[in-house]
Amino acid sequence: MIAFIIRRLIQSIIVMVAVAAVSFALFRFVGDPINSMVGQEASIDDRQALRDSLGLNDPIITQFGRFIGNALQGEFGISYRLQMPVTELIMQRLPATLELALVSGTLAFITGLGLGVYTALRRRGVLSNVIMTGSLIGVSLPTFLIGVLLIWVFAVELRWLPSNGRGEVVSIGSWWSTGFLTTSGRLALILPAITLGLYQMTLIMRLVRAELLEVLRSDFIKFARARGLSARAVNFGHALKNTLVPVITITGLQLGSIIAFAIITETVFNWPGVGALFISSVRFVDVPVMSAYLMMIALIFVIINLIVDLLYYAVDPRLRVDRAAHSH
Amino acid sequence: MTKLSRALSLSASALALALAAGTASAETIRWARVADALTLDPHSQNEGPTLTLLRHIYSTLVSRNADGTLEPSLATSWEIHPDDPSIWVLTLREGVTFQDGSAFTAEDVVFSYERVLHESSGFRAIHADVEGAEAIDDYTVHVKMSGPSPLYPNNLTNFFIVDKDWAEANDVVAPQNFAAGEENFAVRNTNGTGPYKLVSRDPEVRTVMEAFDGFWGDAPAATEVIYQPIPEAATRIAALLSGEVDFVQDVPVQDIARLEQTDGVKVVTGPENRNLFFSYDMTSEKLRSSNVDDNPFSHPEIREAMALTLDRDAIQKVVMRGQSQPSAAPLPPFVNGWTEEMNAYDAPDVARATELVKSVYPDGFSVQLDCPNDRYLNDEAICQAVVGMMGRIGIDVSLNAQSRSLHFPLIEKWETDFYLLGWGVPTFDSAYIFNFLVHTREDSYGAYNGGKYSNAEVDAKIEEIATMTDLEARDAVIGEIWDQVMEDRVFLNVHNQLLAYAVKDGLNIEVHPENQPTMWTVTFD
Repeated sequence: MIAFIIRRLIQSIIVMVAVAAVSFALFRFVGDPINSMVGQEASIDDRQALRDSLGLNDPIITQFGRFIGNALQGEFGISYRLQMPVTELIMQRLPATLELALVSGTLAFITGLGLGVYTALRRRGVLSNVIMTGSLIGVSLPTFLIGVLLIWVFAVELRWLPSNGRGEVVSIGSWWSTGFLTTSGRLALILPAITLGLYQMTLIMRLVRAELLEVLRSDFIKFARARGLSARAVNFGHALKNTLVPVITITGLQLGSIIAFAIITETVFNWPGVGALFISSVRFVDVPVMSAYLMMIALIFVIINLIVDLLYYAVDPRLRVDRAAHSH
Repeated sequence: MTKLSRALSLSASALALALAAGTASAETIRWARVADALTLDPHSQNEGPTLTLLRHIYSTLVSRNADGTLEPSLATSWEIHPDDPSIWVLTLREGVTFQDGSAFTAEDVVFSYERVLHESSGFRAIHADVEGAEAIDDYTVHVKMSGPSPLYPNNLTNFFIVDKDWAEANDVVAPQNFAAGEENFAVRNTNGTGPYKLVSRDPEVRTVMEAFDGFWGDAPAATEVIYQPIPEAATRIAALLSGEVDFVQDVPVQDIARLEQTDGVKVVTGPENRNLFFSYDMTSEKLRSSNVDDNPFSHPEIREAMALTLDRDAIQKVVMRGQSQPSAAPLPPFVNGWTEEMNAYDAPDVARATELVKSVYPDGFSVQLDCPNDRYLNDEAICQAVVGMMGRIGIDVSLNAQSRSLHFPLIEKWETDFYLLGWGVPTFDSAYIFNFLVHTREDSYGAYNGGKYSNAEVDAKIEEIATMTDLEARDAVIGEIWDQVMEDRVFLNVHNQLLAYAVKDGLNIEVHPENQPTMWTVTFD
């Protein structure tokens, strides 16, 4: 068990270093931050001096080594753009992204599950067909378009919900800020959460439907029916329970994607999260923020995968048998 | 009149007064634009949105009106020293206080000069000719220049004055140094003499300011300003239409017509201090991206042909949807040195242009055009239109449109043959254009001279006008330089950009040529 965890940890560290290396190589193609940092009056010598002092003229390997060295100490430097410490900047923006991801993830899971069960049980119903057709929209329409459409209908035409921002936030502790505690904060969450969760919702719905249909055809369900159990007990007590394992796994893995792909939703709704921060940083070539963000996303994925691996190990005895067999 | 009725009418008028005062003190303006100020440090970033926000908190010595003229601010007057033409004498406004209550005096100006000339300042180049400032008494400052600088006050409109004691107490005597890796106190804290003081700031989310009751000028009608950056154009416009903001500063060209027809919203437009033009390398022996063995741009015929095929009116109509002022002069009309003749251009003559190209290259030639796609209004679309226009006369242009962070280094490193550039003239004088774009690249000259243009005679004249105090003679030399530059066709100008502001009805905001709107001059109907 210990050896398994250590092996997984070492693999995770290799992944992190690889992400850092790839992102660092990419930064060379994003452009030169100096022009954004100095006014147009700055002379070419001044620009060179600033480039030198930031170490941008050093070989990429030297820059990378310096970055890794600092990152190991949790030091990501000062944002070229906002002149604030990068760690603080990301910590300030992280609550907004996490709250949005949590709400849209929950929303997607509950609605996806409900609709999936309904469409599986009422396979030939009119409403089921409407839902299935409608879910195509969720899969095929780009997030950007869905967001703009929702803004248009609910903010501009009906004026029920705010078009952008996070509303009033309340600070909890030294660095967490929450929008859950105010009315405007809760209202502001609705549209972005739907936009971000729509794709996941349709995914979960289709997954639940397919799994449930599969299970409903299996022998033990037929036996349960033959035993004269009520439809309710068969469908929910036996069939649904057996579909949930893959659904929960997928949902867990999708949480990482929700956090990482919140970028577009955050941009459309001007949501002050880390995704919007990343986009602004790319426009400005704010290398310290970009690299810290990518490392953070990599860390989130690595942690989620690590937890999933460990859970499998705990849940699935076959893995343990496998390892035992190999060690002999 | 009985006592009672008098008391009643008195209290009624008192009530009316209170009500009037109440409405006046409750005007909030919610303002959205594409980007946030990068910092609140007044001497760190010479960048549009940063200057706009800072202007509300810090005052300058001299300010610029919406019509482009200079106006006294913290300096009530400025003149050249009668005995020494290299000294500017600034007379300061009396009775001004900073927002922390301390008095504004000459030593604050001298200190601000030290700070703005510091190595880590973003404004050093603007004050490069300043040798030092000296306080003569509490309200007189002598600014010593390296030579006569007759137009120097134009450089004071973005120079914010800070309180010496406050800066020393908070250890911010120098602006942010990026390499040092520490955040400066002045990045998030302010103490200015401006019309508003900072209430709260959440970078890139919201900045709230309220009227400073000790402001030296007239009390503003808008007593509270809520500033909100909204980078996404569709969201920004939606926020205005849904009534969540009152003023949108950056209106996309394609939305102007629709907004004009929307009830409750109006669009105000005006010329911006920015011209868009093409320039090319006419000096190198061979181009990097061309299929011919010499440099096509070195032939005057080719440059003339390009000017003849450029259809400015079509670009204005189709690409800009009417939102531009086509011209042949690479400077806005309100900048000193502009003339009607420079501005005029001939109707496109494709047949003649084709002949000219054929006379040098019977099979035409190819070249790459470098263009930004996120810097100017419809920059990439303009370039695409020009690719088509050049194609008609046998110039095969391949377009390389990319982000500004990749585009501008090409100009700086001389890695482009043919490029688009937009240029604003913050000093409102042609010398600024000559220094950066026309003079041979050496020392502090020619940083944006991406076409390697070099003419010793012109260089000498550019250096000459820097110190000429006889403004009439100076204008004559400026005219001579322009004649040469226009004759050589150093720039192929497309148009002067227009600015569009969208505001809710009942709010009056003037378009500022430098895109620096001021909330304290806003009026309400």
